Amino acid sequence: MNPTPSQTVGPYFAVMLPWDRSEELGTELWLRGTLYDGRSEPVADGVLEVWDASSGGFGRCRTTVDGEYAFRFDRPGPIGAQAPHLAVSVFARGLLDRVVTRVYFPDEPGNTTDPVLSAIPDTAVRETLVAREDDDGYRFDIHLQGPHETAFFELV
Amino acid sequence: MSGFLDWPAYRSTVLRAPKRPFVALPLRLADTGGPVLGESRVGPLDNDLTRQHDGEPLGERIIVHGRVLDTGGRPIPHTLVEVWQANAAGRYAHHVDRHPAPLDPNFSGAGRFLTDADGAYRFVTIKPGAYPWRNHDNAWRPAHIHFSVFGRSFTQRLVTQMYFPGDPLFGQDPIFNAVRDPAARARMIAAFDLESTEPEWALAYRFDVVLQATPFEEAP
Repeated sequence: MNPTPSQTVGPYFAVMLPWDRSEELGTELWLRGTLYDGRSEPVADGVLEVWDASSGGFGRCRTTVDGEYAFRFDRPGPIGAQAPHLAVSVFARGLLDRVVTRVYFPDEPGNTTDPVLSAIPDTAVRETLVAREDDDGYRFDIHLQGPHETAFFELV
Repeated sequence: MSGFLDWPAYRSTVLRAPKRPFVALPLRLADTGGPVLGESRVGPLDNDLTRQHDGEPLGERIIVHGRVLDTGGRPIPHTLVEVWQANAAGRYAHHVDRHPAPLDPNFSGAGRFLTDADGAYRFVTIKPGAYPWRNHDNAWRPAHIHFSVFGRSFTQRLVTQMYFPGDPLFGQDPIFNAVRDPAARARMIAAFDLESTEPEWALAYRFDVVLQATPFEEAP
């Protein structure tokens, strides 16, 4: 059978379906960041979903008027040869499909041998997948476009 | 490639669609598995958008039903589906929507339900109205219901829109036409289903949602 195509979530996904955040990815740390468009303006109507395949943790968060999101999480574990990371889907008006990225952590020695990170030849592109340390966790800004455009994945 | 996200006819894509080629992620390295979002996510009236308030909403009552499957034809049981839509007048029940059509105090326009053991779902709602938007001169969205489907795995996650057969607005809608393949566009259009109508009560539409298969998950 052929797959049903994706369509944009439009402007009302987050506001029409508020998400009960009682079950999340953990409580240990915060992951915070800002979602930016191609002019480095914050995207105020975005929705992020985070999946930790190592633990089965899942969270959804809408961006604020300042384009900011925040998740509580526990540090993920490695998956086989892959360094600890979180999978992230970004949905927004103007995105015909979700875009998928990953959050890696700067203090993980396993990053250097991670098969996904190490397959990206361009250091600057690779670095867009690594969060920065913050007071109570990590910061991971997402740029949909522009000179700092985040690396997004497609399955092959 | 990221190119398919580039679709300037839909103006909001211009500053939001990524420009760089996507990074190839081999399927064997993909993040599989997905959240178990069960009954606790679904309230008793979440599958009947006509009964969420004291009175009945205005408009044409409809039944929408179908199955969630993968491309191998396998049903996806017990998966969460979320829907949201405008009211019969073409207005979303949120202050962000400034379209000067009436709000309906008896219609919120959001629903949630799980597929059953055979991947089947059914909900009751009001047929949404078309509405204008400012994308281009005299732009109108065809009537549609947004569907968010989780499936079994992160790789299957899908958000789409269900349209109604024969809508005269298809030709001028850049969102519908952002799916370039006409056969693929047709898969977003529900089928009128006389068999499933309820006489003296509601018309019915059938809409199957087909998610990408997840080869990993088929392994024992």
